[in-house]
Amino acid sequence: MAKGASSRQIEHLLRRAGFGARADELDLYGAMSLSQAVDTLVNYDEVADSVDGFIGQPGYVGMTISGAFSPQSNINHSRQRWLFRMVHTDRPLQEKMTLFWHNHFATGYTKVAGALGTTEGARYMAAKPSEDPGKVRGQIEMLRDNALGNFRDILLNVAMDTAMLVWLDGRTNTKAQPQENFGREIMELFTMGVGHYTEPDVYAAARVFTGWNLTRVGSAADGSQHYEFVYNANQHETTAKTFSFPIYSDGSKTIPARSAAGGMQDGIDLINALAGNPNTGRYLAGKLWRFFVSEFADPDPGWVDRIASVYFSTSYDMKAVMREVLLSPQFWDHASTFARYSWPAEFVVRALKDIGWRGFSVNDALTPMSNMGMVLYEPPDVSGWDAGRTWFSTGAMLSRMNFAAQLTNNQKVNLLSAARPSGKTPDALLAYVLDELATAPLDASVTTELNNYLRATGAWTGTDAQIQAKTAGLMHLVAGSPEYQLV
Amino acid sequence: MKISRRQFVKGGVAAFTVTFAAPEFLSDLARAQGAHVRNLVVLYLSGGNDALSLLVPYNDPFYYSRRPTIGVPAGSVLQIGSDSSKVALGLHPRLTGLKQIFDAGRLAFVQRTGYPNQTRSHFLGTDIWSTANPDNSTGLGWVGRYLDSLPSPVDPLVGWNTTSSLPHVLQASRVPVPAIASPAGYAFSSPNSGAEATAERNAAARISSHVPADQPELAFVYGSAQAAMATLDRVATVAQYAPSVAYPNTGFGQALRAVAGAMNKSIGTKVFYVTTGGFDTHSAQSVNQANGTYYGLMGTLNDGLIAFYNDLGNQGLLQDTLLVTFSEFGRRISENGSQGTDHGAASVMMVMGGRVNGGLYGTAPNLNNNDTKNPTLENAGGDVTFETDFRAVYAQIIDNWLGANSQALLGGSFRKPGLNFI
Repeated sequence: MAKGASSRQIEHLLRRAGFGARADELDLYGAMSLSQAVDTLVNYDEVADSVDGFIGQPGYVGMTISGAFSPQSNINHSRQRWLFRMVHTDRPLQEKMTLFWHNHFATGYTKVAGALGTTEGARYMAAKPSEDPGKVRGQIEMLRDNALGNFRDILLNVAMDTAMLVWLDGRTNTKAQPQENFGREIMELFTMGVGHYTEPDVYAAARVFTGWNLTRVGSAADGSQHYEFVYNANQHETTAKTFSFPIYSDGSKTIPARSAAGGMQDGIDLINALAGNPNTGRYLAGKLWRFFVSEFADPDPGWVDRIASVYFSTSYDMKAVMREVLLSPQFWDHASTFARYSWPAEFVVRALKDIGWRGFSVNDALTPMSNMGMVLYEPPDVSGWDAGRTWFSTGAMLSRMNFAAQLTNNQKVNLLSAARPSGKTPDALLAYVLDELATAPLDASVTTELNNYLRATGAWTGTDAQIQAKTAGLMHLVAGSPEYQLV
Repeated sequence: MKISRRQFVKGGVAAFTVTFAAPEFLSDLARAQGAHVRNLVVLYLSGGNDALSLLVPYNDPFYYSRRPTIGVPAGSVLQIGSDSSKVALGLHPRLTGLKQIFDAGRLAFVQRTGYPNQTRSHFLGTDIWSTANPDNSTGLGWVGRYLDSLPSPVDPLVGWNTTSSLPHVLQASRVPVPAIASPAGYAFSSPNSGAEATAERNAAARISSHVPADQPELAFVYGSAQAAMATLDRVATVAQYAPSVAYPNTGFGQALRAVAGAMNKSIGTKVFYVTTGGFDTHSAQSVNQANGTYYGLMGTLNDGLIAFYNDLGNQGLLQDTLLVTFSEFGRRISENGSQGTDHGAASVMMVMGGRVNGGLYGTAPNLNNNDTKNPTLENAGGDVTFETDFRAVYAQIIDNWLGANSQALLGGSFRKPGLNFI
């Protein structure tokens, strides 16, 4: 897994557009120019989506499954599958964007499961149509299928998504009593951002989506029975709805009164208006800046304008937007490298890629991730994870250090065989470890402490026992260092 | 020597505690602070608590006409008397423990707390309550600013956050408040054992001490690592705490157990943050059903608080403790079509403690929405309008409990005559 200095830019790209780099990824992308690498990442649909087929095969990270593997009905299995994909996918940007959308349209499994039961909760969050008797496509699969799709289409899919209709109560939105939950959040969190809508807009948006409910279809006998979106014309409130911002290209702010039968168009008109609102382009660009470019610098206003203009000029094509993001000078600026606080999923997967995964079960990462503040399919609320510095409470930092201990302990045998050729001197071992785990630049005082650690328990003998203990200990210290937490 | 995979997998990760040479001032300071400590517990009810289901104006006919399915029946409330406007009030029937505390004079309700033009956004609302600044809610937390005002050096354990990520309330510029969800899990692990493990722990502690002052973003992570390493041993003592009562086996109950343990072990903590969630009851609020959503929320709240109150009383700590609640907003007065309630405005704050002057502060809303001039309502009669600025409650606590200066910390004078719950 040697990583040469020439691969630093590829590592930066893969930390951001993926979850760190496996050796084979470094080889693949390292042979390309940077623009070729970006094109390969964004055109991931030209790469086979074969990652799920590797599950359970030797040479890959393990899972802990009792009974049948059922990611479409058991949320623990769904979580393990997603972590597996993050480690082994050959379409890293697809998984990274799926996580971005999961945070953007943050939907929590527990509320869905509380309303419909645990197996149904997992189903509407994580089922693939190919594995579900009713061909249900769970929310994360929908987002994964549209990871670099058209944002307006994503919004429409989200508005009709079963888990979302439970999560934000759209399933109970009726003409007698409009439900404001989804109407508020689609404006505040999914599109324009807070400050760009008024309270009366919330009430109007709630009325727009009256009748966007759920219905139960399929047969109980063959297991295909499931909930899916339905437009309930008789629950739609048909009067006109007026907003504080333009709905139509002529500047009109009023969705006209419509017949109940045609009333679903209200919601489509509003979604079109929100996708096309100038604030939405800037809001998305700001979130993309913080997720892909930098959390340490405020979004560059010129950059935001450019990304927003690509968003609008391509009619909301996220592939074009992300290509622009990843090719932008700001993305490659030296000040942007290691200028983000890694999310727990990024930290855990990167550590697996850097330290090793053979013989490790991703199930054993789930509790540590929870202690770090992140449970997949369970964002804390509809605004997603707070991210940034909030990942680094003392308890969460300790959990990261302890995950590094758990993983290095698990990988001791593998680490010994890999490190043995570098074990002749402490200096050689340190150089080896720092090459394997690329961190933000380490201050000399830190490398001094690492050197002291290597010499702390007696003279260097170069025995296997010493190399094994010191490699694991050193990797623990480096992966648990503050510098390694930056990506 | 070869170590077989089986041996080390079976052995698991060695979790251990060795004596860590914390800077001497830390433990001295902790002892000094422990001798005089006054504890503040900030409890966040996340999601927007429906105050009208917690503190019920059971003689207001509009309460029942506007909440035909989720109103708490007058016959089942726990009556606690009338406020200064002669409105009779009762607690949710599940709050029997809070009724006991109220009857003992150690629980205050401050009605209709909020601020002008209250936001109905969860996130903006939480930020506003956390910063005590409706005009700019992106700054430090109000409790964080208090911690920043303490004389240096500030021991990291001066605050204790029982959730896994730092809440906005506790965001400070110089104090990395530890997040300790479970004292027992707050230990340092190593892939090795014995002397190797000790060497690792010492190295981790020393690395974390090299805080890079010229890189503030990285320094923040260093601060957390350093605070973690410096607090391990004292937190380990809290894990040994044997409470005098059984705490409920809820996240909230266990968090309060840890808080009582930290107080009992005198580790120097002055400010605690606790939360219990699920209050965003847009649908199927089920206020009155024993297995219902809101009924369960009240159960979690009640059972945790009465255990905490009794434990502190038994340990002689009640006089040193003040607990205050907040939530980002109250909820809409009229129930919606989903037997739930949407986002509203003013709400109720609770203050509990051994030195609290219990009772009903402020006045209840009049829920009559036919009267377009009803001064207690806003939003065309849809929501309760605030009477007491929430910062007046904070100010009273800052001045009369924490012994700090509320004008300096809140950027203005918010004290309110008569609001003398402490």
